[in-house]
Amino acid sequence: MADTTLIGAVNLALARAMEEDERVLVLGEDVGVNGGVFRATEGLHQRFGADRVIDTPLAELAIGGVAVGMAAAGLRPVAEIQFMGFIYPTIDQMLSHASRLRNRTRGRLTCPMVLRAPFGGGIHAPEHHSESTEALFAQIPGLRVVVPSTPKRAYGLLLAAIRDPDPVVFLEPKRLYRAFKQMVKDDGKALELDRCFVLREGHDLTMVTWGAMTQETLEAADKLHQEGVSAEVIDVATLKPLDMPTILASVEKTGRCVIVHEAARICGVGAEIAASLASDGLLSLLAPIQRVTGYDTVMPLPRLEACYLPSVDRILAAARQVMDFS
Amino acid sequence: MTEAARFVIEHIGFLDPKGEPLQDLPSDLDLDALVECYRAMVRLRRFDAKAVALQRTGRLGTYAVSLGQEAIPIGVASAMRAEDVLVPSYRDSGALAWRGVGLHELLLYWGGDERGSDFAQSRQDFPFSIPVASHCLHAVGVSYAIKLRREPKVAVCMIGDGATSNGAFYEAINCAGVLNVPVVFVISNNQWAISVPRSAQTAAETLAQKAIAAGMPGVQVDGNDLIAVRQATSEAIERARNGGGPSLIEALTYRLSDHTTADDASRYRAADMVEAAQAEEPMTRLRAFLTASGHWDNKMEQDLVEAIDREVDEAVERYLAVPVESATAMFDHLHAKLPLALKNQREAAASETSGDHSDG
Repeated sequence: MADTTLIGAVNLALARAMEEDERVLVLGEDVGVNGGVFRATEGLHQRFGADRVIDTPLAELAIGGVAVGMAAAGLRPVAEIQFMGFIYPTIDQMLSHASRLRNRTRGRLTCPMVLRAPFGGGIHAPEHHSESTEALFAQIPGLRVVVPSTPKRAYGLLLAAIRDPDPVVFLEPKRLYRAFKQMVKDDGKALELDRCFVLREGHDLTMVTWGAMTQETLEAADKLHQEGVSAEVIDVATLKPLDMPTILASVEKTGRCVIVHEAARICGVGAEIAASLASDGLLSLLAPIQRVTGYDTVMPLPRLEACYLPSVDRILAAARQVMDFS
Repeated sequence: MTEAARFVIEHIGFLDPKGEPLQDLPSDLDLDALVECYRAMVRLRRFDAKAVALQRTGRLGTYAVSLGQEAIPIGVASAMRAEDVLVPSYRDSGALAWRGVGLHELLLYWGGDERGSDFAQSRQDFPFSIPVASHCLHAVGVSYAIKLRREPKVAVCMIGDGATSNGAFYEAINCAGVLNVPVVFVISNNQWAISVPRSAQTAAETLAQKAIAAGMPGVQVDGNDLIAVRQATSEAIERARNGGGPSLIEALTYRLSDHTTADDASRYRAADMVEAAQAEEPMTRLRAFLTASGHWDNKMEQDLVEAIDREVDEAVERYLAVPVESATAMFDHLHAKLPLALKNQREAAASETSGDHSDG
């Protein structure tokens, strides 16, 4: 057991998966000799060789499509896209092939692949490096979309994603890559997919979030606690398929809900959560559901990104609005 | 100035349109195998005709025939071993049929039922790819798996001329070259991407030369000459099987039909163009060649046609007798295990369907 960052936990999980299953391989740009631009694959090339740690040409569509072929042929590819801003060519492969291969062959061919990418803002990265567009993937039937928010969950959820018999898009909040460390036991134990994690129990208000926004949301919950408001904080973790029973049970208990995500508001995953709460939990609600999200604008360049990202203050304002509703 | 590199694209053809040899035939030419190929080409043409008839009478969905191009799917598939992996495009029914996919399965797929792609034979082969060129990348991934496992197998990817304009094609041949994987790309250049002619697709003189940029051998063959298609494909496949890496083959042919049953080619091309191409179609020359060499005659032709028509009719009956799947099937094959989040939708679909049944 060691103190590990989130990116370190990703590396641990990759190494563990490759060690225990020779079908697992990683591919992507700079993942081999260089160990990945964020160092997710550090040491893997030396340990497992160039055949299983593949430096691909600089071609994202190819990374996605080649992984589909590998998976259909019995391998367990973990493809890395260097930044989510470059992931869009792969949508054709994920939507047209990865997500539907099992269904369209009635299970004859399957696609057990993982598409990893760092996402989200807050590290003053260049243009195209900071967006949160997870909802694009969450809309695709047949895909899982998973977002870890701590080193432990990165380790356990990535192992689960790699072992899953179906395709998983695994989006890593890069703002948290080195934000803090946790004791991560490299025991090969996966966490369950398709489940929310309740990070903090409370009875006045439910705060639903994922990825890097768990940090601001937990901080807001701390401040609310000082004001005498008990907030429950839920890390959705698997955005598709959604664990609505956990969220509904929490809202039935608290009667209030604030949803927090970095991504733009319109058609974001928060909209789906709010719609489900409205249709299945309306009578439990004591106040309108509030969403604290990125704006429906283009993600600004670094000098303005702090204005775009939901802040603790914006989350607190929404929480107070919900609490004050009568 | 010094010369950095120089390239030549060869064109291979053995038979002229009348079936006369243009050059010495391959020394290992297997005439019995050519007879089998000819039989498969007749089978494909008659199956296609039946499929169009079914579509015109509302019993099949949109279908893409191979009329005039039969030498390519049959020549390519007949050069493969059973354990090789075919990654086909939507016009390659003939190649899948050669590899053991049932005619009733092909009809089932084009009739709108996913079970048609759950092939009983050749279970490693890919289903038809509808988005052009996107499956070229799958063939690279498959061949990488083959290479990693040190299996004596090859992936064969079939595309049309239009697909060579697509980014996925370029990324695939580039990756195949640099990864040095056992894959063969075959372009059925039928001169038309629906209404867009080959001349509007690229300014390059040949499609085969695109291989040069990917660092692999590229060759152009007369795609209406079964012997040439088989010869070029066999060479490329065996080179790949022996660790020699990928290849690209451009097979020149002509789409004598509409693009699909949903198309009307008379809107964009003149009849005389098609008539000229008709004289070069692949069946006439192969039959003439086999007849001249004493391996084929009218009686054999007549018996073959009768046998195929019986087989096709049986396949149609078998296809039409397949009951529609339960509505829940769309949920049951989406994931290995139904996610809890889909349980309610599945139940809703099931109850709606059972309601329909009670009404009807």
